[in-house]
Amino acid sequence: MKWTEAHLTDVLVIGAGLAGERVAIEAASHGHQVTILSLVPPRRSHSTAAQGGMQASLGNVAMGYGDNPDVHFADTVKGSDWGCDQEVARLFVEMAPIAVRQLSHWGVPWSRVVPGKRMLPDGTEVEELPEKAGLIAQRQFGGTARWRTCFAADGTGHVLQYAMDSVVVKLGVTVHDRTEALSLIHDGETCYGAVALSLRDGSLRPYLAKATVIATGGYGRIYGVSTNAVINEGTGMAIALDTGVVPLGNMEAVQFHPTGIVPAHILVTEGCRGDGGYLLDKDLHRFMPEYEPVKKEIASRDVVSRWMVHHIRRGFGVDSPYGPHLWLDIRHLGREHIWTNLREVATICKNFLGIDPVDSLIPVTPTQHYSMGGVRTNKDGAAYGLQGLFAAGEAACWDLHGFNRLGGNSLAETVVAGMVVGGKVADFARQQSMSFPFGLVTEAVRAQQERLDHLRRRAHGSEDVYQLRRRMEETLSDNVGIFRTGERLQEAVAILQDLHQRAGQIRLRSSGLGPNPELFAALRLPGMLKLALCISQGALQRTESRGSHYREDFPRRDDDNWLKRTLAYWPQGADLPKLEYEPVNITELPPGDRGYGGMPIAGD
Amino acid sequence: MAQRLLTFEIFRYNPASPEILPRLQEFHLEETQGMTLFIALNRLREEQDPSLMFDFVCRAAVCGSCAILINGRPGLACKTLTHDLPDKIVLMPLPVFKLVGDLSVDTGVWFRHLNERTEAWIHTDKIFDRQGPEDRMDNPLAHQIYEAERCIECGTCIAACATANMRADFLGAAGLNRIARFLIDPRDERSPRQVFEVVGTDEGVFGCVGLMACDDLCPMEIPLQAQLAHVRRKMALAALRKKK
Repeated sequence: MKWTEAHLTDVLVIGAGLAGERVAIEAASHGHQVTILSLVPPRRSHSTAAQGGMQASLGNVAMGYGDNPDVHFADTVKGSDWGCDQEVARLFVEMAPIAVRQLSHWGVPWSRVVPGKRMLPDGTEVEELPEKAGLIAQRQFGGTARWRTCFAADGTGHVLQYAMDSVVVKLGVTVHDRTEALSLIHDGETCYGAVALSLRDGSLRPYLAKATVIATGGYGRIYGVSTNAVINEGTGMAIALDTGVVPLGNMEAVQFHPTGIVPAHILVTEGCRGDGGYLLDKDLHRFMPEYEPVKKEIASRDVVSRWMVHHIRRGFGVDSPYGPHLWLDIRHLGREHIWTNLREVATICKNFLGIDPVDSLIPVTPTQHYSMGGVRTNKDGAAYGLQGLFAAGEAACWDLHGFNRLGGNSLAETVVAGMVVGGKVADFARQQSMSFPFGLVTEAVRAQQERLDHLRRRAHGSEDVYQLRRRMEETLSDNVGIFRTGERLQEAVAILQDLHQRAGQIRLRSSGLGPNPELFAALRLPGMLKLALCISQGALQRTESRGSHYREDFPRRDDDNWLKRTLAYWPQGADLPKLEYEPVNITELPPGDRGYGGMPIAGD
Repeated sequence: MAQRLLTFEIFRYNPASPEILPRLQEFHLEETQGMTLFIALNRLREEQDPSLMFDFVCRAAVCGSCAILINGRPGLACKTLTHDLPDKIVLMPLPVFKLVGDLSVDTGVWFRHLNERTEAWIHTDKIFDRQGPEDRMDNPLAHQIYEAERCIECGTCIAACATANMRADFLGAAGLNRIARFLIDPRDERSPRQVFEVVGTDEGVFGCVGLMACDDLCPMEIPLQAQLAHVRRKMALAALRKKK
């Protein structure tokens, strides 16, 4: 490598979604030079696909009166099935209202309170008070005691990302898009930056920084069937795991969203149900009230998804060439509501189903959506195991969500964590002077160059990257889904171990030169398989059911033995993750009943 | 439904192999029910030529990554059904933007530059008060801003624009819509006159020759013609006031 190609910066942020950009803004506002690496231009990040909204206890609407951070805290802890860190949850709920208002200051067109009386779909009459007119409005989301989800129609992620990026542009923060971090530069104690690959031309270059932040989002694409964008391949989590000293927390906690459309697996927002939509079965029967008499369609996502699959298993699914599905019915919300507050849903239905949800039912099925797990950090966002490494957003296990995240808490987390972690990163960078061991950097670049050269030589191996990848996707979808058993998980671990070993024998069919997608896929696959193994092995070992992790052979939550967080390490050269456990930080609310999602789910 | 055998002609060029000149390459693929260009292109890459370069991110028509020329018309590949196309489908990269390779172009740098030029952020002297309530706004105005903010920077309007194809510095419909978005937002304290300094030129609002392909082709169906008219009116007024 040439040293002239090294890029030096105070703070290196990997990932330009909402969390990464919010960290960057905070660090830049403290006077630091910040460089953001991103697979795609920031405004194409998966954060933009978030629809329904962002939770903050403003309590401006009639159904939200009396809301406050304490209620938000209790909802979040119950939603997490007591798996979250309560100190983090407390910090988060206190700051979320500030975050929402600051975004308004930056230009987000939040939907606003319109005074007057109106009838909700369930017949309740509510009155929005004149003194609240024009304040930021909230809608209902699952698992919340009050209406708390602030929204801008149903394009909330899009407008948040655009406002956030407008501040990044204003501050002149450097963004290198089409750039992927392939490894962290570290000596086992300190992180010095990352070796990154240009997705424009396939060249490598080291990025050296006082502080490095992983904000790369989730890994949904390892499931194949996922609501996630095609860039969500868990690259940031994988390079942290690759260090051998940084653990991933609670990787077995995988969220399935109740309403992915069939067959495109594109999300339609929880706001559809929050605004009054129903789930119907093949007989057009509204089944959720039988399973959840109180919360009905708006219990937490893990619970609704589980009942939906249960209902399909009982034979009430609608047959289709793509397997059985259920219906989402929002027709009764009316044209005006649908084409204003749910207009992106309406557009998606038009584009990908050829229907108008004003007069048609939407085919839906639970679909992989979110990772509660990620790079384990402390409450400051500092990663376990390496000085100078931080993580924020979905890529992190901060741990706000425990075993189930509430809808609307992920957008809120990206921004609040961005503020908190960004501040800590700024403090850290101020106290550090820029120094790095030259030999370590050279060696880190050489190791990645060797991987590239090896693949481009095409001298060894015979495996096809796309075939291995598809097998991984099928294995996770079939064996590590909503309902899990020891037997199926054991089988998944064995298959994935075999695939991981075979991923070392990939031979490219194309030249691997330039911006070559086959080369990029081959570089990513081993890391994706490691994540898949952390998920499967973590799920196999956790012999209880908690939040999204449901074991049919261990259908009850077991606080005596499992009120703890999984930490998955990947020792150098290992073929399985090493699992350790740590206690969950419970400061305010002791484990109890969630108020929904009674388990076990009885047989027929 | 009888299955069609589709013929694709796809633009190929890898800047890392300049000795292989730009060319159209032919592929064949059996159409399946509900096939989009997202499905078709990924199948071509995985089954026939793994070096084929194209961009997708959300595959749900909300991120703006996948605009290409489809039989000569720019549009989002992810939401284009092969069902709506003839047996022969010619795919080319968008013009105006710098080519990365094959169907992939660099829209990110172009739009960052646009947002820098138009200073597309809220300009205000107000200091954010962490403890205070939010400033109020009427809901219809919030919706109006939201509608303008729906632009996904896909580049369709730029690629379709005769002026943008001829002059590299033209802001295009996306740029003018962005200006309209900040003009109607009371939180932005710039006067129309300040905006005029930036866009009251042939590179800006007066460069449009009114062909309106942008309005026809915008995948988000943003009323670009109306937005342009709004900005022009404001700019004309600002210009008249300036003369006085």
